[in-house]
Amino acid sequence: MNETEQPPAIAAMQARSSETLHEMRISMRGVDFFYGSNQALKGIDLDLPNRQVTGMIGPSGCGKSTLLRVLNRMYDLYPGQRAEGQVMMDGINILDPGIDLNQLRSRVGMVFQKPTPFPMTVYENIAFGVKLHERMSKSAMDERVEWSLTRAALWDEAKDRLNTSAMGLSGGQQQRLCIARTIAVRPDVILLDEPTSALDPISTLKIEELIDELKRDFTIAIVTHNMQQAARCADQVAFFYLGEMVEVGSATQMFTAPRQKRTQEYITGRFG
Amino acid sequence: METDTTFMPAAIGSSRSRRSAGDVIFAAAARSLGCFVLLLLGAIILSLFVGGLPSFRAFGFGFLWDVSWDPVKQHFGAGVPVFGTLVTSLLALVMAVPLAFGIAFYLTEVAPDWFRRPVGIAVELLAAVPSIIYGMWGFFVIVPIMGQYVMPFLGDTFADWPILGTLFGGAPFGTGILTAAMVLAVMVIPFIAATMRDVFMTVPPVFKESAYGVGCTTWEVMRSIVIPYTRVSVVGGIMLGLGRALGETMAVTFVIGNANRIASSLFDPGNTIASIVALEFPESPAGSLKLSSLLALGFILFVISFIVLAISRMLLRPRSA
Amino acid sequence: MSATMMPGTVPARDVRLAERLSRRRKFIDRIVKLLCIVATVIGLALLASILFTLLWRGASSLGLHVFTNITRPPGSHGGLLNAIVGSLIQTLVGTMIGTPIGLMVGTYLAEYARDSTLGNVVRFVSDVLLSAPSILIGLFVYTILVEPFGGFSGIAGCVALAVIVIPIVVRTTEDMLQLIPTSLREAAVALGAPKWRMIVFVCYRAARDGIATGVLLAIARVAGETAPLLFTSLGNLNWSVSLTQPMASLPVTIYQYAGSAFDDWVDLAWAGALLITFGVLALNIVARVVLRPRS
Repeated sequence: MNETEQPPAIAAMQARSSETLHEMRISMRGVDFFYGSNQALKGIDLDLPNRQVTGMIGPSGCGKSTLLRVLNRMYDLYPGQRAEGQVMMDGINILDPGIDLNQLRSRVGMVFQKPTPFPMTVYENIAFGVKLHERMSKSAMDERVEWSLTRAALWDEAKDRLNTSAMGLSGGQQQRLCIARTIAVRPDVILLDEPTSALDPISTLKIEELIDELKRDFTIAIVTHNMQQAARCADQVAFFYLGEMVEVGSATQMFTAPRQKRTQEYITGRFG
Repeated sequence: METDTTFMPAAIGSSRSRRSAGDVIFAAAARSLGCFVLLLLGAIILSLFVGGLPSFRAFGFGFLWDVSWDPVKQHFGAGVPVFGTLVTSLLALVMAVPLAFGIAFYLTEVAPDWFRRPVGIAVELLAAVPSIIYGMWGFFVIVPIMGQYVMPFLGDTFADWPILGTLFGGAPFGTGILTAAMVLAVMVIPFIAATMRDVFMTVPPVFKESAYGVGCTTWEVMRSIVIPYTRVSVVGGIMLGLGRALGETMAVTFVIGNANRIASSLFDPGNTIASIVALEFPESPAGSLKLSSLLALGFILFVISFIVLAISRMLLRPRSA
Repeated sequence: MSATMMPGTVPARDVRLAERLSRRRKFIDRIVKLLCIVATVIGLALLASILFTLLWRGASSLGLHVFTNITRPPGSHGGLLNAIVGSLIQTLVGTMIGTPIGLMVGTYLAEYARDSTLGNVVRFVSDVLLSAPSILIGLFVYTILVEPFGGFSGIAGCVALAVIVIPIVVRTTEDMLQLIPTSLREAAVALGAPKWRMIVFVCYRAARDGIATGVLLAIARVAGETAPLLFTSLGNLNWSVSLTQPMASLPVTIYQYAGSAFDDWVDLAWAGALLITFGVLALNIVARVVLRPRS
């Protein structure tokens, strides 16, 4: 599928985004997070460069998934959880109480660890998110569905079963469907929360290849337990420990010459 | 042509917190219907109480244990039906609980695997049969058996015994308190058995295995592990069965014999609150004292059921504070 | 401390005592198991007796006339048509009224009030209503819909049945919605869906089979209810499908016929009992065996 076949709006979005190339898509300053009275994140300062992959690594419970869920304000669903600080996107602090969360989530999408296909057909899964934010004709929707599935490397496998239940897909296919569903609403940022930890190695590989493709158009943040995955996929890597961001740098630098001792210890497997 | 305006950065920065209109409406509908359920219960209690008020006022507190029921003199009392309700229900439980326990024990520990599902389904089907069917079956099948075989046998065998002689000394018509209790028991057995079975299955296998491991027999495992572990829920389930028995109308009305006096023998006819309401309602004109007494009886039944149900729920659904 | 308990030794076993105890324990175990089998046999025998009686007395009374003729005085070849139709109408209308209410209240409990005080009170009240004697529901609807309007009516019967349906659907809906994994909800929210869309388009779809089962079981329950109808729709010996007039129903007709002194009426009562029971059992089997494995 070459670029001239993309819907016109996508091209427009790319044109807009190219102005912000190499700028920071999201900038976090002093982000704190609390589960009740328990502080899970302390003073996080992190930038997500535009159209690059930022990997977030660290041992269990260090706060990396928590930080991801700050970026699309998922924690808002649960009373007793709160975030403080600044998360700047396009000059606006998304932690402000006045933010329209539904719109925010159409710009910052999330794929979860466990594949979560909706109990609908493949087509309806993808159309669900799009219909929330846009009105379009059936033929335009067909195009969008095809585009999303193609970008998620699922079109060939799914094109003959668009109207069958999504629950009939394999685990790896379901996860790619979730990715297709997320990109169908044309977000700026995609958050991936351990997207391959529930999948077999072949599906994992397919999705890692996908991430490499997707970063041409989307800014990506990926939380992973698997350091090799971070080394393979990420341009920038941040290491978290006990709610603090210990170090951040380019993937090459982090895995060959980390500056902090703790980073070094984690990477070499002293603890995990 | 699609418009791109929704993707302008300003969209997410709207200064007013905009909740989707659909959200507000939906949440309001859900909440208000929740409150509707509360109002419904309140309305039921209120209607029974207000309807029974003339009767409470006319007869005072004594209504509760007054054993007269005289339409001619317009003097009514709740004593007979309340007595009948309590006696038949408790007697039914005495008969039902051991049988239900036996069935539940069999289903969970004794039955071969391939047999469990069919028997379990049979129990659940029994629980689904409408109560009027039990009433009819009781009237056409049990009553003749009781009248021709069981009652004469019991009456003759225990005729000279001190207490049992009176209990089994009534005229053996086949209907009466004992028959009603038996039909109620048959109704309640599948219900209690299913609850007990579900509760027994919640015991983690590792507890039972550790008992088997030191050489306990099946019954010993049941007695020392399963029953103590599930004791509270089992009692809750029994109370739930009691709650059902207390309010049962059709199963009882066919076989209780409809007499408004306190029974001295188990073979005597009587009435429960539910049966007297069903039987006397057609002859209770609107606004009459009799109707008001029936509503007052309904209120009393509600109070009794409510207490039993509340206790059972507390035992079955422990809520961590 | 006896000599057998010296440190470093294992106490000698009294083998004969252990064997005696073991025999006795095994004996008790066998007796108890036997009693349980007896209890189960009794239970199955009771079920068999009920079904057999129904089949024997009901099937011999079933004939085309049951379905083509309405209720008539004894000796006039009456049937049960008006009662059957009346039951169908009241059951369906009652379910149609009660199910949406139950669905919304169950949704409220599962999605908006999992731990709030108001939610706990509503849950408690719903449980009380679930097990409340149905005769009291009948009395209640009598006081609000029959007495003030001066007459029994089909719609009062429908409302009484609806009140019974509501708590059943509430409980099923709440249980089924609570089974939905959080990740599915979050996936919908992550796409920007407002809460109501998440509930209606994702949660309801995911819980659809379970909720349908609950509705079927509610229908099975109210189809056999007699007491609430005695005080609301009363019964009607003539043909009537008007909701503002008294309406016949199978359970009430059975009740009136079974206790009568007329053989043909008693036969019809058995035919009606057979119809109800097998209808109710069929609904139960469909709900439990057919729908459940799919969910």
